[in-house]
Amino acid sequence: MSLLTVDDLSVTFSRRGRRPTHAVDGVSFSVDAGQVVGLVGESGCGKSVTSLALMGLLKRAEISGSATFDGIELLSLRASDMRDLRGSQLAMIFQDPLSSLNPVVPIGVQVTEILTRHRGLKGAPARKEAADLLDRVGIPDPTRRLKEYPHQLSGGMRQRALIAMAVACAPRLLIADEPTTALDVTIQAQILELLRELVDDQGTALLMITHDLGVVAGLCDDINVLYGGKVVEAASRRPLFASPTHPYSVGLLGSIPRLDAPRGEPLTPIRGSVNDNIAWTDGCAFAPRCDHYTLACLEGTPDLTETYTGHKYRCVNPVTHHEAPVTLPESPAAEA
Amino acid sequence: MSTKTDKIDRLAELTAATSDDQKGAGIWREAFRGLRRSPLALTGAVIIAVFVVMAVIGPFVAPYDPVATTWGDEVSQSQNHFVGMRAENWLGLDQLGRDEFSRMLIGARQSLMVGVIATLLGFAVGAALGGISGACQGLGRKLGRTIDTVIMRFIDMMLALPSLLLAVSIAALLGRSLTTLMIAVGVVQIPIFARLFRGSMIAQSHSDYVLAARALGVRRSRIVFAHIVPNSLGPVIVQATLSLATAIIEAAALSFLGLGNPDMSQPEWGAMLAKGQTFISVAPQLALYPAVAIIITALGFTLLGEAMREALDPKLRK
Amino acid sequence: MLRFIVRRLLQLIPTLIGLSILLFVWLHNLPGGPEAALLGDRTTPERRKQIRALLHLDDPIWVQYGRFVKNMLKGDFGTSVQSNRPVIDEFATRFPATIELGITAMLIAVIVGIPLGYLAARRRGGFLDSSVVTSSLLGICIPVFFLAYILKEIFSVQLGWFPSIGQLSPGLETTKVTGFAVLDGLLTGDLTVTSDALAHLVLPGIALASIPLAVIVRMTRASVLEVLGEDYVRTAESKGLKESTIRARHVLRNAMLPVITSIGLLTGSLLSGAVLTETVFDFNGIGSFLARAIDARDYSVLMGFILFIATMYVLINLLVDISYSIIDPRVRVR
Repeated sequence: MSLLTVDDLSVTFSRRGRRPTHAVDGVSFSVDAGQVVGLVGESGCGKSVTSLALMGLLKRAEISGSATFDGIELLSLRASDMRDLRGSQLAMIFQDPLSSLNPVVPIGVQVTEILTRHRGLKGAPARKEAADLLDRVGIPDPTRRLKEYPHQLSGGMRQRALIAMAVACAPRLLIADEPTTALDVTIQAQILELLRELVDDQGTALLMITHDLGVVAGLCDDINVLYGGKVVEAASRRPLFASPTHPYSVGLLGSIPRLDAPRGEPLTPIRGSVNDNIAWTDGCAFAPRCDHYTLACLEGTPDLTETYTGHKYRCVNPVTHHEAPVTLPESPAAEA
Repeated sequence: MSTKTDKIDRLAELTAATSDDQKGAGIWREAFRGLRRSPLALTGAVIIAVFVVMAVIGPFVAPYDPVATTWGDEVSQSQNHFVGMRAENWLGLDQLGRDEFSRMLIGARQSLMVGVIATLLGFAVGAALGGISGACQGLGRKLGRTIDTVIMRFIDMMLALPSLLLAVSIAALLGRSLTTLMIAVGVVQIPIFARLFRGSMIAQSHSDYVLAARALGVRRSRIVFAHIVPNSLGPVIVQATLSLATAIIEAAALSFLGLGNPDMSQPEWGAMLAKGQTFISVAPQLALYPAVAIIITALGFTLLGEAMREALDPKLRK
Repeated sequence: MLRFIVRRLLQLIPTLIGLSILLFVWLHNLPGGPEAALLGDRTTPERRKQIRALLHLDDPIWVQYGRFVKNMLKGDFGTSVQSNRPVIDEFATRFPATIELGITAMLIAVIVGIPLGYLAARRRGGFLDSSVVTSSLLGICIPVFFLAYILKEIFSVQLGWFPSIGQLSPGLETTKVTGFAVLDGLLTGDLTVTSDALAHLVLPGIALASIPLAVIVRMTRASVLEVLGEDYVRTAESKGLKESTIRARHVLRNAMLPVITSIGLLTGSLLSGAVLTETVFDFNGIGSFLARAIDARDYSVLMGFILFIATMYVLINLLVDISYSIIDPRVRVR
């Protein structure tokens, strides 16, 4: 049984005087212990909202469906029980390390407060453990850092500190929401490597949320591609990159600039933007931007088709693999 | 060929349906929409409307002459004999036998005048000072920055005094009259508007579109008047509304301290309140009527001003 | 840090100089000229000539100004027309009472205001929130002197729960060590004085507190609302911390920063309010003294008062700035 099973999760936001937004629309996936699963998509596709819903951090939203963590149904958990789980069994790393840290509290306190809350450590033993954690995530001179404030650290170190806080209690599931987007490329690689190490050492399950396929290629075992709040393709890493089936995934892969492409070759973006969607009820939300679009795409929501290899796609006119051969893009963390 | 156009048409239909949601996203239109829905804003607007109507038509609608002590013999202060509500005087009589209802109606006009003129004074002078200051700081060279510093020091000096004391000093200088009230209260508002304008100008002058305009060679004065000023208007209008409320209350406080119009026969809510308070044990209504009027009017402007501020604040629109 | 303080103090000087010049000009332009100002309205031409000679009012204006400044620095602000005592003495006797009243009002405003503002923000859109917002707006709109009158009429005259006049009941004024009645009671061991003083502080304190309370509630609410939307609060929530920890360490510590600034600015309105409140309650502080001075055209007092208040106000704001830089680590350094 998987550690985390998400089944038909839907999140709807209603604002006064506007049509309700279906940020997440019937999303299902699962994550096993020691596995890295990716949620991929452009901004606005619902990936962050999914993670916040899982952590119980969404306010004023209607959530339906099921999310089982180790047999416990997260969505119907009492607030106080959820609070006990957060930080200890489930942890999250956020996108912007500067705004995600309290500017007026020293880093050390922001780490020890988790240790105090979930592991009962206080005073000197807590500080020692905090310094060890900072050391483990690769922050030099950790004992001095404990007294420093977030604005005194560099971007990469802040993210490492956040990771230290997330893994302080050895959580079984770690959710990372675009952890490298706000960082320089070289730091990105280091952070990803750090995450991989932690996963391998502790057997943590990692749910990786990102729009960057390079990150995904190097790190994830299974990948779910989201569009307009729905899963449009789900596959393991190699099949996804070898034979992407949904036109959106094909577009994503095709739009990555390649160092080995011939000079002068134009970049191929996906035309339009996320705002050019139509509602899923009217047809495939991606249709307005799709090169493969046919009239059949406008007859209601396409179903999720599953091949015998477990490769899923939501498309009535998918790309067959000989049309778009793609080799696995190079990525610094792809050593495995 | 036809299938292709069919596809395109169908798609166009559907995309048009979704983009309807995003129409009219200008900041003012959205703010107005938000305001129409807010009960506080509506209450405030209604109150203000009533007040303005009262002030405008008051003199034509008042049943009696507010200054004439028509029923003077019916009222006796020494014997604590006062006249309350009755058929011919809807709000009764004041301490000298004048019709209270008429006085309240005409008083609305005086109070509105004081509030509006004082705020206009503060706005105009404050805008000039702050605008010049801000424009010089943001767009000018060394001389501009010096001008800014000098003006701001001057404003700081005005801010060094609590508002009531500033108003009192000015009133002491000018002698007792209604005009004094207006000027004194107005001067107190000047630094607030000056700071606001200056801050807004400076913030705007650092924004990208101004940079673009300068790069294109647009003349500085044109940038200021055609671009920066319209964009600074939002918080200024909010402040003007709130200042009106403060002006009315401060005018009342100055009357209380004896600095208003010495001609006590002219009805003005602040003066009526100040005088009425002396009779609070025996005829509380004489203080209550003007007090409630002042409070509700100030509240009306404050409600609207606060609602506008929330509507225009990008951070709160989540 | 020290350099910061010194720099700010130096910036004070031009402001104060400018203010003194303005005041000097003001004094010389009052109706009746400075002689009338210094002597009062009822005076004879001979006395006026005497004063002109005595005070060298025919000297060139900059000489007069120089003398004015010299006197000020010596602490000589002139003599009160009403009492013929030096203005400085009149202040010294009355100032502690006003401070006591001001502290009471501020305490009420902070102790009631901050928790209310926090709760309103936490339960945004709820009934508590709407009522808190409306009543805080109301608090700003009710003239302080009117509120004072109502409180006095209802709770003192009609119900008799609290005394309505002065700082202490007649007969208890004998113990005057510092002028702070509450403190004096404690210092002399006479607790009836302390409790009496406290009883006298309740109604005027509440009246005076109305505006600061309203402002603090609104500022706290706005600030907490803004902080609640910040990412680091979300991080704290994701750590599974207890509500009380998040509130204390993450929300309040950040939300209080702008509130503390406004507390400094509010002392100004406290002074204005004190003038009005003390008059209503016949409280013998500098507020009511100033009101009487206005009435009596006692310009020496007015001028001295204004200069003094301005200096104090500016110093308080400096203190607020300094404390801000202590509390917010980002502002520190250099």
